[in-house]
Amino acid sequence: MPIPLTVLDDRRLARDARGATTPPTEDIREKVFELEARGEWIVQRVPEPWVPVTTKYGRTKKIPVERSWHHKSCGQCGHIPGYSTSIFWLHRKLGLDYNDPTDQTSCTAWNYYASATSNVGAQAAVAMRNFGAAYESGYFPQIHCGTSYGHYKEVREELVEHADLRDEVRRICDKLGKPFVMPEEIVHYSEWVYAMRDEFARRKVLDLASIDVTVHPACHYHKLVVEDAIYDPDVYGGQRTAVVSAVVTALGANVKDYSTWFDCCGFGFRHILVQRDFTRSFATLRKIEVMREEANPDVVLTHDTGCVTTLDQSQFAARAHDRKVGVPVMSEAQFAALAMGAHPYRVAQLHWHNTEYRPLLEKMGIDWRERWREFEDDLERLKKDDKQFMTWEDADA
Amino acid sequence: MTLQARYDEVPLDTKERLFDEVRADIRFKDYLFGCYECGICVAACPSARFYDFSPRKIAQAAARQDLPMFYEQLNDDIWNCSQCFSCLRCPRGNNPGGLITIMREVAINNGLTSARQALEGYGRVVYKIMSTGTQVSPDMLQPNAFPDWGPHVQEISENLELWRRALPPDTMHTTSTAWYVTDQTLTELYLIWHMTGVMDMIKEVDAGLHMILSDVMEDLLDEAGYSAD
Repeated sequence: MPIPLTVLDDRRLARDARGATTPPTEDIREKVFELEARGEWIVQRVPEPWVPVTTKYGRTKKIPVERSWHHKSCGQCGHIPGYSTSIFWLHRKLGLDYNDPTDQTSCTAWNYYASATSNVGAQAAVAMRNFGAAYESGYFPQIHCGTSYGHYKEVREELVEHADLRDEVRRICDKLGKPFVMPEEIVHYSEWVYAMRDEFARRKVLDLASIDVTVHPACHYHKLVVEDAIYDPDVYGGQRTAVVSAVVTALGANVKDYSTWFDCCGFGFRHILVQRDFTRSFATLRKIEVMREEANPDVVLTHDTGCVTTLDQSQFAARAHDRKVGVPVMSEAQFAALAMGAHPYRVAQLHWHNTEYRPLLEKMGIDWRERWREFEDDLERLKKDDKQFMTWEDADA
Repeated sequence: MTLQARYDEVPLDTKERLFDEVRADIRFKDYLFGCYECGICVAACPSARFYDFSPRKIAQAAARQDLPMFYEQLNDDIWNCSQCFSCLRCPRGNNPGGLITIMREVAINNGLTSARQALEGYGRVVYKIMSTGTQVSPDMLQPNAFPDWGPHVQEISENLELWRRALPPDTMHTTSTAWYVTDQTLTELYLIWHMTGVMDMIKEVDAGLHMILSDVMEDLLDEAGYSAD
């Protein structure tokens, strides 16, 4: 069928009628509330107080300050435990109420994107079971993993668009005895860190003016359901997500740019577990080496499980090939916690990280030798069974 | 000779049936809107840099309903995708990564040999997530599993139990799961796997794993008064 000659003019006129600031995508939250009005599900409201932030097309998103239900991350808790610990520590440092649940499962999306041994109904049911558990607790979901965050936004779209899927998942939730609940906002922890960055800056105890940082934006944060990610005109002119970068700036460190910022880290979901030749190559050749050549950072900061794992662990083998690697990697939550005086081993748990990080700590003004000695004393107490576990009080001793 | 000489021995009916299964997925219409052939998705794609792989071809084959090319991709290409969704940069609004998610599901549901091969060595991960509700656990950090991560993994595995006890959050003193998950929560997860057909998918692609998972789940489901069937 031939394209009508007026098509371009028609489109321009339609754009003009919508106005220059009208987002090109619909606001899914309106449909979420419409479904609640029709009795299809409960919408869990963002608790007060909340911080307004701006998303990609200018809409306002509510980020709750406290009463957060921490939807933990498999890879963070399992292999980078200082990541989750730092998120909790930041809440505690600000005296904020939170819930660290044991009735939470993984979103299971890492496995889904790796092996496809699941389906739309199961993935939606897992999401809604977790949302139901959060609702029952009276706390609001704060999602630690970028993939969980992106996947849950996909699930939200699928549930909104497909009544059959809603019916299937509602039946499952009924059988489980769980309420059928959709949160008003789907919130990633890095959005909370972004929203609270000035509070962190006020409590900063280190001078980070000499610390150069490169930022890796996590794919599943800013590429999946793009309109829901935070953007800020003051950060790269609003052309890249503002989370992480704005936190670095607020803490007084320096964000350094590099050309492959949009590239993924190489995680690959199945590749990181069973085909790591690809992962190692991509992480070192397209990310770490480019960062070193173009920005020579002291540290790479990112905001997702897979990115920290991939960028950190991949550098060891690359050294055998004389590649230009050797940049420490951590989350912005760990970096912010360190800036506020958190212990590098009791809280940030940097001994679980691979790439040499001690020169960074020295440059930040942290006496890592003394801190390690303190941590070894902790371990001796545990070995002697003086204590069964270290506590939050021990962490800040 | 055609460009799609591979898999000529597979009947066109089979290829069409599999394509129809992909097209029948509720997400398909939201993932494909045509293709400008601009290559933006390929430029953004990490897998395209290291494999003979093209998200553009995925979108094109689906849009043209090119059954021979589709079937070749179903067997030879889809497991190379990184599922990072960088291809969502598509100016046409296509989601080649999402199409691949659907194609992988169809490959698993039909027990394709290529899918079984792609998942070789991956069974322990499927077992972990489906049976414990967390995808990776601290005790998976073993030197023989991650030799390319260096001696640091050995150090972690030797100190694992002690280092986990040194974590302040109460939920993270575990070694075989990423955090502590209650039995009630696991029971609910097992019910989801059964009620949504995921257990049937596992049976199709790995009968041995299916048997082990069924055994593990049976006790908790029985205790809660549910039948595993």
